[in-house]
Amino acid sequence: MEKFEQHRGVAAPILRPNVDTDAIIPSREMKRVSKLGLGDGLFAGWRYREIGGRDVNPDFVLNKPEYAGASILLSGPNFGCGSSREHAVWALKEFGIRAVIAPGFGAIFANNCIRNGLLPLVLDEEAVAAIAAWVEQAPQDRQPLIDLPAQVVEADGVRYSFEIDAGDKRMLVEGLDAIALTQTHWSVIEQFHAARKERYPWVY
Amino acid sequence: MAATLFEKLWREHLVESSADGEDLIYIDRIFLHERTGSIALSSLQADGRKVFCPEHVFCVMDHIVDTYPDRTDDTTMPSGRDFIVATRKGATEAGLTLFDLDDPRQGIVHVVSPEQGIVQPGLTLVCPDSHTCTQGALGALAWGIGSSEAEHALVTKTLRVKRPGTMRVRFEGELAPGVTAKDMILHLIGRYGAAGAAGCALEFAGSAVEALDIEARMTLCNMAVEFSAFTGLIAPDSKTIDYLRGRPYAPVGEQWALAEAHWRTLVSDPDAIFDRELVVDCGELEPQVTWGTSPQHAAAVTARVPGPRGDSAADRLELERALAYIGLAEGAALQGTAIDCAFIGSCTNARISDLRLAADVLRGNKVSAGVRAICVPGSMQVKAQAEAEGLDKVFTDAGFEWRSSGCSMCFYAGGEHFGERQRVISTTNRNFESRQGPQTRTHLASPATVAASAIAGAIVDPRDYLPGGNR
Ligand code: SF4
Repeated sequence: MEKFEQHRGVAAPILRPNVDTDAIIPSREMKRVSKLGLGDGLFAGWRYREIGGRDVNPDFVLNKPEYAGASILLSGPNFGCGSSREHAVWALKEFGIRAVIAPGFGAIFANNCIRNGLLPLVLDEEAVAAIAAWVEQAPQDRQPLIDLPAQVVEADGVRYSFEIDAGDKRMLVEGLDAIALTQTHWSVIEQFHAARKERYPWVY
Repeated sequence: MAATLFEKLWREHLVESSADGEDLIYIDRIFLHERTGSIALSSLQADGRKVFCPEHVFCVMDHIVDTYPDRTDDTTMPSGRDFIVATRKGATEAGLTLFDLDDPRQGIVHVVSPEQGIVQPGLTLVCPDSHTCTQGALGALAWGIGSSEAEHALVTKTLRVKRPGTMRVRFEGELAPGVTAKDMILHLIGRYGAAGAAGCALEFAGSAVEALDIEARMTLCNMAVEFSAFTGLIAPDSKTIDYLRGRPYAPVGEQWALAEAHWRTLVSDPDAIFDRELVVDCGELEPQVTWGTSPQHAAAVTARVPGPRGDSAADRLELERALAYIGLAEGAALQGTAIDCAFIGSCTNARISDLRLAADVLRGNKVSAGVRAICVPGSMQVKAQAEAEGLDKVFTDAGFEWRSSGCSMCFYAGGEHFGERQRVISTTNRNFESRQGPQTRTHLASPATVAASAIAGAIVDPRDYLPGGNR
């Protein structure tokens, strides 16, 4: 998996609360049994003028030339709430988003991010608003810097510290594959499995 | 030490704690459906990985199957066939139990699992579907995951999970006639916001929850995820045990006795401490309906569209966006809002008790002219039961379409939908923008409210339409 250490990039604000995974990738855009080919459908309901169409809505932030190449999103509380579809993360990644900065995330979405090398970065609402206000003046020149090992976002000369679970941080920084990692504990799992079978036989 | 129900379940499944804050949790059962399971299964195959304990993995076709009679693999959703075929192939090759399209046990995953006795108290159960929390109503630890996590669970029978906090909501008092579990949960989310239980495993308790039957408890837990909870949970009691007895996958004989003895220990200790606790008085509760584009936009059906939640500019903007989409004005009465469609279905409210309640309202009445009304039973067994009771006749006589089971128009996947700007009153759980179709406007409510509104052609208070009501 792609590692996440330092990242500097254009940040696009979508400052609304409760951006749900239906909005991030509408179900109608999930056409194939695949993790690929989803970037085009990212935010389709807002990005395009017509449902199912590809006629670009120039008012949507990711369509504005000053936000070209955006790789960071700034958003409101509870980003990624709703449906568990991992397609939301696959679509963001394919579009080129490496991190979402918001005051809070849907729990399943945040897990999905970690499993795919995308950083769900929690800052409080004022900090997100301050970064957005700074970025908006000149998005291409004013690019926040995210330093994951140091747990800091740098914007407008201010250093914002953020919290992240040690396990999540390690997965991202080292680009680990969770299944392979767990398989290194195989004997413990097998022991547990056998003991549980003994103790709760009706489960088996 | 005193423990909450959640803590007991967690402890029983804790394989290992790691220094970096993640616990390795043992997973007893996995459910997959064709929409997300197909990807997990094909990705597993591509990586050459094998399912550990395929006998504990179940798979159902529900999300994008058609609900018309004589349905086939060819769906109204373009490319739907690919998902169905990939799932069937993946499930068969991995040796999983599959409830296929033509199986009499087919239905919506969270309806089928309890119906078959697959979910049981004390089990951990995961599914790549956010409404897996529904199944917590039986005292299992059941939660929704992503596809990558599903692969992890399939291969290792474990998941790495951050231990959530604990929260309890006690619903006290007695529900008035015509007020249901759906109204309880909508009220809760409306009052405390869509992020009200973020980061918490949420136990529902109190006299009003104890009084609910198991199906209504599932409705309550179903929307725990709309409250941002890690999962919803209700301690098993005699009703739970009676519900499970004799179901196909429930233990039998001596095993049943062992299981029952264990299940009875699965309660929060009286002196257990929760990180957060709320109490809701149900005595005054009225039927609820949503007026916006988030489940937190819920209010009593007798109320008016409220103002912003707080005083910030963001709160005002959120309100304006929601109202622009839904086409209602601040201060407008909810009752009397004309509807185009009525939908009874989904894992929230399409079990037999939901259909009986709706039928009580519909019996001898007709759906208002111009309203399109559809009933999609939660499973083929629910459908068969309803037909045995003659409920299908009540629905069709009233003017409802009577369908085969599936998720249907609970969500829009590119196939059938309600149509642009159509106003739908719906027993489902999400009123997000375009959830039920492009630009479709959704109002969430109970089966009684949906049935009554279908008759009236507008959002109405169901209490007037129930037998003995004052209409
Ligand atoms: S009925 Fe709706 S909410 Fe339930 S599993 Fe199906 S799509 Fe999801």
